[in-house]
Amino acid sequence: MVVTCEQVWQEISNYFENDVEPNLRAAMEAHFRECDRCRSVLEGTRNVIKLYGDERMIDVPVGFSYRLQRRLEESTQPTRRGFLGWMVAATAAVVVVGSFEFARSSIFGQPDLRSEHAQPAVGVPPDMMVVVSTEGKLFHAVACPFIHDKAHVRTIVAREALKEGYAPCVRCMKKYLPLLRLS
Amino acid sequence: MPEEVTSLTNPAERFNEETLIRRIREGEHELFYELIRPYERRVYATAFAILRNQADAEDAAQEAMLKAFKHIGQFRAEARFSTWLIQITLNEARMWKRKEHAHLVEPIVDQEDAEGNYPPRDFADWREIPSEALERKEIREKLAEALESLGQIYREVFVLRDMQHLSIDETAKALRISTASVKTRLLRARLMLRDLLAPGLSGSWSTRLDFEKGTKPW
Repeated sequence: MVVTCEQVWQEISNYFENDVEPNLRAAMEAHFRECDRCRSVLEGTRNVIKLYGDERMIDVPVGFSYRLQRRLEESTQPTRRGFLGWMVAATAAVVVVGSFEFARSSIFGQPDLRSEHAQPAVGVPPDMMVVVSTEGKLFHAVACPFIHDKAHVRTIVAREALKEGYAPCVRCMKKYLPLLRLS
Repeated sequence: MPEEVTSLTNPAERFNEETLIRRIREGEHELFYELIRPYERRVYATAFAILRNQADAEDAAQEAMLKAFKHIGQFRAEARFSTWLIQITLNEARMWKRKEHAHLVEPIVDQEDAEGNYPPRDFADWREIPSEALERKEIREKLAEALESLGQIYREVFVLRDMQHLSIDETAKALRISTASVKTRLLRARLMLRDLLAPGLSGSWSTRLDFEKGTKPW
C-alpha cells in the first residue's frame, strides 16, 4: 500500500489517535521515512499535541483557589447561614422584648402609661418615695422643681406610682430612663 | 496520543467521587469543594482558553462551578464528572464571550465550510520542542496567541481533546456535534497550530524573543 502526501495530511490526526487501519499506518510510516515534508508535519503536530497538553501551558492566577473556596462557601451554604442568621436575630429580638416586658411588668407591674409619649422606666427602686399629682403624668423626686399641680400632690412609693401609670420625670428621674440617657 | 492526566480514573478515587456526589446531594454542601478541587485548574484553563482574559476566565470558572453545584442532582453517573464539569465550563465561557464580546467578529476560518482539506505549509526544518520550553512565559504566550487565532469551532474541539484530554466521543457529546466533525476540526486545528508554531523552529521566534546568541528556547 502506498499513500500520497495528501492522504498523509488527511490522516495525520487520526494517526495520533491510533484511529487508522494497520495497513494504512504501516504505509504512512513508510512514507514518513522518505518524505521530509510529511515528517515535518508529523513532528510539528506531535509538538503541538505535547505542548498544549501540558498543564503548565496555562497559568492559574495566584489566589484562584482561595477566592473560589470563599465564593463557594458564600454560595453553597446560604440556607444554613440564613437559618443561623435568622435564629440569632430571633433570639436577640426575644431577649430585647423580654427585657422590655420584664422591666415593664414583672418587677413593677406597670400598666398603660398615662402619657402615650412617656418612656418606660427601668431600674426604679420599688420602695423609693416619689411625688405624683392627681392630674399629672410623671412621678418626681420630692424636691423636684418641675412638679405640676402642687396643690394636689401626694407622696407614694415608686411601685404604686408605676402601677398607676406614672412615668419618671425626665429631669429628676433621668437615670431611670435608659433611652433618654442614650440620646 | 495525549495522556489522561487529572481525571479520577483510579477506581478508589472514582468511588470516593461517587460517594462525595451522593453526600452533597444529601445536603453536605460543604463537601462540594472537595469534589471539584482536582479539576479547578482544568476548569480555569478551559475558560481561559476560550476567553483569553484572566479576570473573565476566573469569573466564568467560578460561575461554572456554582452551576455544577446547583445542578448536581442532574449529573448522571454514566458520564465522568470531570467531563460534565468541563462541558458546563465550556457553555459558561461561551455565554460569557457572547455577553462581553458580542461586538467582536470571529475569524473567517470559523465558518463551517472552511472544514475542507488543509494542506500544511512546507517547513522542511523541524525539531522537537522539549516540554521544558513551557517554563518560559514568552513561549506560553506564543502558544496562547496561536491558539487564540483559531476560529472558535476549532479552538473548542482542540481545547477539549488536546488540552483537557476528553475522548473524541466525550468531546462530541460536550459540543453536541458528531464524532466525524470532531475529527475533522481536530485535524484542522492541529495542522493550523503546527503551521503557526513551525516558524519558531526555524529560528524566527528566537530573533523576536531576544534569546542569547546561538540558543533557542527548546
